[in-house]
Amino acid sequence: MLSLPQIKDRITAAFPGASVQIIPNASPSNQPSLLLNAGHARQIAQFLRDEPELRFDYASNVTGVDWPEKTVKEKVKVKKIIDGVEKEVEELAERKTPAFLEAVYHLYSMALGHGPLVIRLRTGNRTDRVALPSLTPVWRSCEFQEREIFDLFGIQFEGHPDLRRLLMWDNFEGHPMRKDYVPGA
Amino acid sequence: MNPEPQIKPAHEGVILTTVEELYNWGRKNSLWPLQFGLACCAIEMIAASMARFDIARFGAEVFRPSPRQADLMIVSGTVTKKMAPQVVRLFNQMPEPKYVIAMGACAICGGPFRDGYNVLQGIDLYIPVDIYIPGCPPRPEALLEGLMKLQQKIAAQCLTGPDRPPHLNAGASGEYPVPEFGPHDLVGPQLAKAAKN
Repeated sequence: MLSLPQIKDRITAAFPGASVQIIPNASPSNQPSLLLNAGHARQIAQFLRDEPELRFDYASNVTGVDWPEKTVKEKVKVKKIIDGVEKEVEELAERKTPAFLEAVYHLYSMALGHGPLVIRLRTGNRTDRVALPSLTPVWRSCEFQEREIFDLFGIQFEGHPDLRRLLMWDNFEGHPMRKDYVPGA
Repeated sequence: MNPEPQIKPAHEGVILTTVEELYNWGRKNSLWPLQFGLACCAIEMIAASMARFDIARFGAEVFRPSPRQADLMIVSGTVTKKMAPQVVRLFNQMPEPKYVIAMGACAICGGPFRDGYNVLQGIDLYIPVDIYIPGCPPRPEALLEGLMKLQQKIAAQCLTGPDRPPHLNAGASGEYPVPEFGPHDLVGPQLAKAAKN
């Protein structure tokens, strides 16, 4: 399989306007992923499936992640004048991370026997900009898993053939896998 | 005149008993469970029905695929909120006399999933449970123990009087309200805590 930077270069060569970003993974699994922008995601998915050297013909798993806004405290080096002398001092700075929902796709190639390639799509926020393009037209196996993500996380997959709740009942309100969900509230 | 009675009952194959004991003896030794399972406890229930543990020794091996032919509902496993109405409906479709065993922590109270959004906090919220078998999951021996406890309970039932079982009480209903799906949770009347055994 091509390395992740090589795949990224292939994509950016084929779609000059697309922004593709490598998301590193610091955990022991060390499995970095590609963050695609939602606008080009459908064409890029088609490209990943059909490009002769890649041929990711099988989406084995699709899942959702909820990233609520949180405050991160970091040590920042600041230059300050203390007793008339300029010194570098460490200060605690607070920073807020953006809030969004994420859909994560794990792709394999049955034809070439390689994988997984992990791609991510992110929504604009967690409230009103929660639409992402559906990849079900590219990989049929995404159908139920995207329905599950719609059900439990509330991502609206545009272009999905049958976007209904999968696990909860139809008149259920709310998305239970979101981190701020309170059962029965 | 010979003072000895001419007919000795035991010698003639006659046994004296009460209708109550005979009736209860018959019922307790032919409990037909409803054939359904909800989660991992069902695997232990299946094991209990196979040769090694052999629930047939207690007359309860005839798992019926229809609630109309079943006497005993073994709620074996996690009852999700989406499944609960179907479980209550199946119980309503069973003819009297009928009994319920709540098998495992989930069926008793929700178990490890109690605080989740999707799991019922015990089937006894909607149907009356006769025997609770703790465990996660209970071993087949525990299910057999629970079955024997149920048999003892049946053997001790009076057929008349205020404590008679519901199927002999024309005023008692064997039907329980089926919960419905609400916007966040199941809605519908729940059994009072006092009704729990």
